[in-house]
Amino acid sequence: MEVLLGITGKDYCIIAASKAAMRGATILKASDDKTRSLNKNTLMAYSGEAGDTVNFAEYIQANIQLYSMRNASDLSPYEVSSFVRSELAKALRSRNPYNVNLLLGGFDSIKEKPELYWIDYLASSAKVPYAAHGYAQYYCLSLLDKHHHPDIDFEQGMKILRMCTDELKRRLPIDFKGVVVKVIDKDGVRELEYIDDKQILAP
Amino acid sequence: MSSPFAINGGACVAMVGKDCVAIACDLRLGLQALTVSNDFPKIFPFGSSTYLGLTGLATDVATVSELFRFKVNMYRLREERDIGPQTFANLVSSSLYERRFGPWFVSPVVAGINEKTGKPFICGFDSIGCIDFAKDFIVSGTASDQLFGTCEGLWEPDLEPEDLFETISQALLNAVDRDALSGWGAHVYIIEKDKVTKRLLKGRQD
Repeated sequence: MEVLLGITGKDYCIIAASKAAMRGATILKASDDKTRSLNKNTLMAYSGEAGDTVNFAEYIQANIQLYSMRNASDLSPYEVSSFVRSELAKALRSRNPYNVNLLLGGFDSIKEKPELYWIDYLASSAKVPYAAHGYAQYYCLSLLDKHHHPDIDFEQGMKILRMCTDELKRRLPIDFKGVVVKVIDKDGVRELEYIDDKQILAP
Repeated sequence: MSSPFAINGGACVAMVGKDCVAIACDLRLGLQALTVSNDFPKIFPFGSSTYLGLTGLATDVATVSELFRFKVNMYRLREERDIGPQTFANLVSSSLYERRFGPWFVSPVVAGINEKTGKPFICGFDSIGCIDFAKDFIVSGTASDQLFGTCEGLWEPDLEPEDLFETISQALLNAVDRDALSGWGAHVYIIEKDKVTKRLLKGRQD
């Protein structure tokens, strides 16, 4: 019941990830951050098997940062997505595959466009305007289909995100303890305060 | 767990016309019944008149297309010319058979025109590289049963490029409408001796 959400708009990309760290039916932590920033303008959110997720994310983060240091320039979100996909695909057909689902949000400073990549544990990768992973897909994609538009401004994007998190709170049987929300735009990655104290009940 | 060929869905078809060939694919990427993306093309160009369509597991579609991009680039550097469709078909076949006991879960389709003879060429493969040469049409993907029906009904010999476009488009569009795992628009390539036309079809969005 981990939630990953991604929405792109006119000049930004919003990534939201649930704060609950779960192990079986138990919630171990209610302030988990399932995201890693890879370079100045890309952020990766991950869900999946407990050990694999952070291990894979940190491996990717280290390599992307190494590239930035060596070449004194950052990889674009598309280039990052290619690297991530190839590492995941390589592992898929090895003795120890990673069981990790990813959303890769970024801002391409040359094209001046936000980008979002949906990557699953099989290393299927797709560039999408909005995306979700896990059960959140079933609740949120229909909402996003109805309300999303490629050039929505930031306020509208946050409004749609609120609709999504409200719907998840309403319908998911397990409390996912709210979401961490981060935004990627021309100024880089920043975390947003996301007030989430309203109780929402199923009808 | 369902077959790896049917997790992501997708369809591809190639047809022969008079001095031309056509290849078309749908645009859906799904996860079982859930559609994730409706902009996931499955046809990749390899040189001026050689095209490869790949359906099956999306991760392998990406991996295999990248593998052939590498191999064809190496070929072009060695030979200082583009690869022809027949040569490319043999490359696809032998590359797939290298993975005989752990195959890529893809069903490739090759379409193109031979640069030297000017003859149209299409063929299909199974996932381990057995080539299926055809004089009429090749189908692949989750809608292959439906495509066999529509192609069998619509195709006729020696179609001109415009008529071939209409035939392949109707064959694909009507086949994917009867398959829950394919659809959401299509890409159609009409390949002539020294002209390639790519058209984007919207198709049904449901």
